[in-house]
Amino acid sequence: MEDRDDIIEYSLYSHHSEEEGKKIRKKILFVTILLTIITTAEILMGVTLSKGKMEHTDAWMWIKLGYVILTLVKAGYIVIVFMHLGDERKAFKWCILAPYILFIVYLFVICRHEGLAVIWGGGYG
Amino acid sequence: MSDHHHHAAPAVDLNGPAWGGKISPFKVSYGKLMMWFFLVSDALTFGGLLTAYGFARHAYTGAWPSSEKVFTHFPFVDHHTPMPLIYVAFMTFVLIVSSVTMVLAVEAGHRMDKRGVIFWLGLTVLGGLIFVGSQAWEWTTFIAGPDSNFWNFGPDGDNATLWYNSYGAPQPGHEHGDIAHSPQHYAMFFFFITGFHGFHVFSGVVINIIILIQVIQGVFEKRGHYEMIEKIGLYWHFVDLVWVFVFTFFYLL
Repeated sequence: MEDRDDIIEYSLYSHHSEEEGKKIRKKILFVTILLTIITTAEILMGVTLSKGKMEHTDAWMWIKLGYVILTLVKAGYIVIVFMHLGDERKAFKWCILAPYILFIVYLFVICRHEGLAVIWGGGYG
Repeated sequence: MSDHHHHAAPAVDLNGPAWGGKISPFKVSYGKLMMWFFLVSDALTFGGLLTAYGFARHAYTGAWPSSEKVFTHFPFVDHHTPMPLIYVAFMTFVLIVSSVTMVLAVEAGHRMDKRGVIFWLGLTVLGGLIFVGSQAWEWTTFIAGPDSNFWNFGPDGDNATLWYNSYGAPQPGHEHGDIAHSPQHYAMFFFFITGFHGFHVFSGVVINIIILIQVIQGVFEKRGHYEMIEKIGLYWHFVDLVWVFVFTFFYLL
């Protein structure tokens, strides 16, 4: 769009060289290995500390928390590194993350509250 | 960096005050910003689906099937040899690797390396096709039920549908020879959540193929940047991200 002066093609100015590319690829490899390790750990947990076996033990709450934390770590690396949100401006990062985190936390809290109310209230109707 | 991409510097200073006008305060193009906003909305859709799943599922604690007992099949392995969650692990790995190849395609685009983009984007398409095919196989196996016979949809079979499935513990009143003895919601949520996600993967593969063809045709070389790869890359990573959550909440918890 070189004939227009009001639309700026930001990507024309965000190329990088081969040496910078090498560093970036190394970082990508590191995150890939990390994600693979975390996924393998989750699978091993799923097979050995399976729900069927552990659901009614005291440890189950901690196992569930472990899964959620590992999943959030994976999600964080995918969003910050693979989707390059970490390379964007701070204002933009928070424009995306803040509303979503706020809404999801609210959704979780309200559904847990209402669900428990249904269960403790003796079911529906 | 290739030499034939001469572009005049923009008429305004891109590193000027962010809110001073004339430039994007976020220093991103309209297309990329809108793709992010779309992903937030789509993430809310999946957030809603997964929360609904959690809400319904906890009403059935005890009767709810344990997924590591349901998903024990592996292609070409006799179904009497249980391989719990192994094929799901393979699918997760395929999707993560396809995300990695997509990031590498974006990185190649930042160096205007057309052949690199074609190579890595091609691998991403392949990974996506393997995932969609795997999901189709999972659905077939799931529908076939514990007797592993897909073609018996009669009342004496144990095929899983939106209404009945045979995976859970018997419900009160349905203990004897009645296939309606498992929480209906288990199969319902399986089909809805993995179906929505699988449809996103499929549409992502279609978009990736279209853009791959455009890359080969030289559209982005002419344009001077491979931002389109970044944009479809964002969508593809989102698809991977959703799967990470679906995998945890449906298969593990």
